[in-house]
Amino acid sequence: MAINLDDPKKFRPLVGQAHQVAMNMLRPISRKYDRAEHEYPKELDMLAAMIDGLSESGASEGAGAAGVRRDEGDQDTSVKNGANLASVMSIAEMCWGDVGLLLSMPRQGLGNSAIASVANEEQHERFDGVWAGMAITEPGVGSDSANIKTTATLDGDHYVLNGEKIFVTSGDRADAIVVWATLDKDLGRAAIKSFVVAKGTPGMRVERLEHKLGIRASDTATIIFDNCRVPAENLLGSAEVDPKQGFAGAMATFDNTRPLVAAMAVGCARAALDLTRDLLAQAGVTVDYDRPALTQSAAAAKLLQMEADWEAAHLLTLQAAWMADNRQPNSLEASMAKAKAGRVGSDITLSCVELASSVGYSEAELLEKWGRDSKILDIFEGTQQIQQLIVARRILGLSSAELR
Amino acid sequence: MSLINHFRPGGKNGVPSGESRDPIGYLVAGLNRLAQSDLIDRVKLRKPAEQAVFTVTRSGFKTLTAASRTFAKQGKPSEPGVRVAAAKAKGVFDLTPTEDEQMLVDVVTEFAEEVVRPAAAEANESCEAPAELLAASLEIGLPILGVPEALGGISEERSAMAGTLVAEALAKGDLGLAVAALAPGSVATALGLWGTDAQQQTYLPAFTGDDVPAAALALNEPTVLFDVLSPSTTATRTDDGFVLNGVKTLVPRGAQAELFVVGAVLDGKPVLFLVESSTPGLAVEGDPAMGVRAASLTKLTLTDVKVPADAVLGDTEGTSYAECVRLSRLAWCALAVGTGQAVLDYVTPYVKERQAFGEPIAHRQSVAFMVANIAIELQSMRLLTYKAAARAAAGKDFSREVALARTLCAEKGMQIGNDGVQLLGGHGFVKEHPVERWYRDLRAIGIMEGSVLV
Repeated sequence: MAINLDDPKKFRPLVGQAHQVAMNMLRPISRKYDRAEHEYPKELDMLAAMIDGLSESGASEGAGAAGVRRDEGDQDTSVKNGANLASVMSIAEMCWGDVGLLLSMPRQGLGNSAIASVANEEQHERFDGVWAGMAITEPGVGSDSANIKTTATLDGDHYVLNGEKIFVTSGDRADAIVVWATLDKDLGRAAIKSFVVAKGTPGMRVERLEHKLGIRASDTATIIFDNCRVPAENLLGSAEVDPKQGFAGAMATFDNTRPLVAAMAVGCARAALDLTRDLLAQAGVTVDYDRPALTQSAAAAKLLQMEADWEAAHLLTLQAAWMADNRQPNSLEASMAKAKAGRVGSDITLSCVELASSVGYSEAELLEKWGRDSKILDIFEGTQQIQQLIVARRILGLSSAELR
Repeated sequence: MSLINHFRPGGKNGVPSGESRDPIGYLVAGLNRLAQSDLIDRVKLRKPAEQAVFTVTRSGFKTLTAASRTFAKQGKPSEPGVRVAAAKAKGVFDLTPTEDEQMLVDVVTEFAEEVVRPAAAEANESCEAPAELLAASLEIGLPILGVPEALGGISEERSAMAGTLVAEALAKGDLGLAVAALAPGSVATALGLWGTDAQQQTYLPAFTGDDVPAAALALNEPTVLFDVLSPSTTATRTDDGFVLNGVKTLVPRGAQAELFVVGAVLDGKPVLFLVESSTPGLAVEGDPAMGVRAASLTKLTLTDVKVPADAVLGDTEGTSYAECVRLSRLAWCALAVGTGQAVLDYVTPYVKERQAFGEPIAHRQSVAFMVANIAIELQSMRLLTYKAAARAAAGKDFSREVALARTLCAEKGMQIGNDGVQLLGGHGFVKEHPVERWYRDLRAIGIMEGSVLV
């Protein structure tokens, strides 16, 4: 045991691989699918197959959405750099390539994270290899996800789902959707459960695809559930409505996905930072790390500040993942990472556009695209404000009733 | 200076040099002269104001520096000194301190809580660290933390990480007192890192013994947009050594110091020089600042100070100097993290107790989010600082990492100090609470160079 915050040595090959994929597979089609919104990036099928191959061989160290599951009961107390660190590092690298394409990656959906986090053994096996999207948000329910209106009513050995879900990433492309619905609105958040609904299930239909500011390669669907019958065994986790546990179980997904979204912001911001550093160097501006920022050009000073903020987001993300790898509760750190990475992601990508002037604003470069892509990362899986709320409650020791 | 210039208002009292007076301005200036005159005091028109201790310090002493000890030359000047090995890098991402580091942190944390914090307010007023506190800091081994074991110190490997953790823990008690307590150790650490055999043999026994001298690493200068890598202080070669000329500011405990490490330019490169306080040509005067007051900050003036040829500490290429600047900045980052933690620990219970509109102010998002952001940025500062420290300890290049840490600690540290006062409102502005002191102390980050070193 000794403090060391350099990127873990063990994952250098993995990150190197991801970097090559991002550079040689994602970047060349980045602008193409930004323009051709809603068109399926067929190139990704081959990539997904490659990633599947990697995870089967174990070479990926569980990189990707499936890697967030925690195995309890392991008695080994040595410090681990495991699947969670591998996941955030490889996801950051892929998002250095393209966030929208990473989100469109088959079998790597957020629904897969939910399955990995809350499914029982049997379900875990049954849904292995299924590409699962995630449906939480509703037209009238955003951050207050405890108020969802979609209902699930038990009818024999099926649940009947009714309601409307919006902002479902890969909602039209995925094999299945993990849907949040309430068993009984009167029982509040404890009655909210998640259900795996396979594509093509009668009663489920994609209403429309959104036209968005950024991550346009990734499809965002509105899905209607109209008396949609789902097998009872597709309810993830326990069907019991336990007021003490219930919602916490569903929310546990977020503890695992927040560092992943933070990693996306870290990757996207680094893309902008790397290119801007290069463009500024060509324009004669470089940072001298030993000299005071105030005696250097304003552009160099800004670059230094952005790099410091970026490093903070990067390290907070690694910290949250490291804690998960070492079985420490990381809800606070996960929210810290997402809050910092989310806001820093916007500041960096947008400032890089400004620093690069019209080169940054024009579609001739990708800087303007990253300026648009980054925005969603400060919104989905819990907005900036939700993260601050979580951090504040934890630090201050206040309940959600006290600090609303 | 012409008579007209004498009457110009600019260039003093914080007035820009371009300002001019109109007739009313001259009248008011005249009235002010009268108001300041002793005449009205003699006719008892005004109660004599009690003079605070710090004003004495400010206007006060200008002495030749303390000359209580002569360091007898020992060892071989041409031999390199003892160096400790770099910490072994394992390549595993890890936030856990070693057992030794944790033990050290526990001891220092207790010291900071029970001795440092209670002494902080008074030390800030008197601009002086209590003698008992400094004595106790010697007992827990602060000055020898960075001194090689072979030379009587406690460091078996590069101590940058341990030093960082200790500085953080100490600053949680008080930043000014932390600087006062760490100043001698900074010089000892510098001797451990760059000293020749002779320099180590001559000076280090004093630091590892019972009567540890005050000592200071003097790099700051009174220059706007100061760049520590290009100091104005000069070193000129003579037949048997060097002559130093220049002014160093914000030097901790300069009046008591028996040994200085001074930065000066030699042949166009910044170089470190060992200067004993008994050397003719040194003058010290009080230089109190906005904060860090417990460190008894001083201005050190060097006028034709002659030092021997073996007074150069480290190389003359600027490499040791740059390394020294980076390690010093690292220490300041650690101090910022400790002070930031003090702010967070103080405002957390306060906002939960303080009532407004019938409930604790912590129940309001505008207040709670401020606290959340303090926590987020504080942890950011800590992680960047640890990363730089771990790289320094492992002997890796850490110039980029420490620059990033310093950038973040300067900006976010000040923000935390500012929010700390804001969260207490008017109560934060008065000295009943320590947040105003932390506000002043945290402004030092990003400005201070030298003084402390890990």
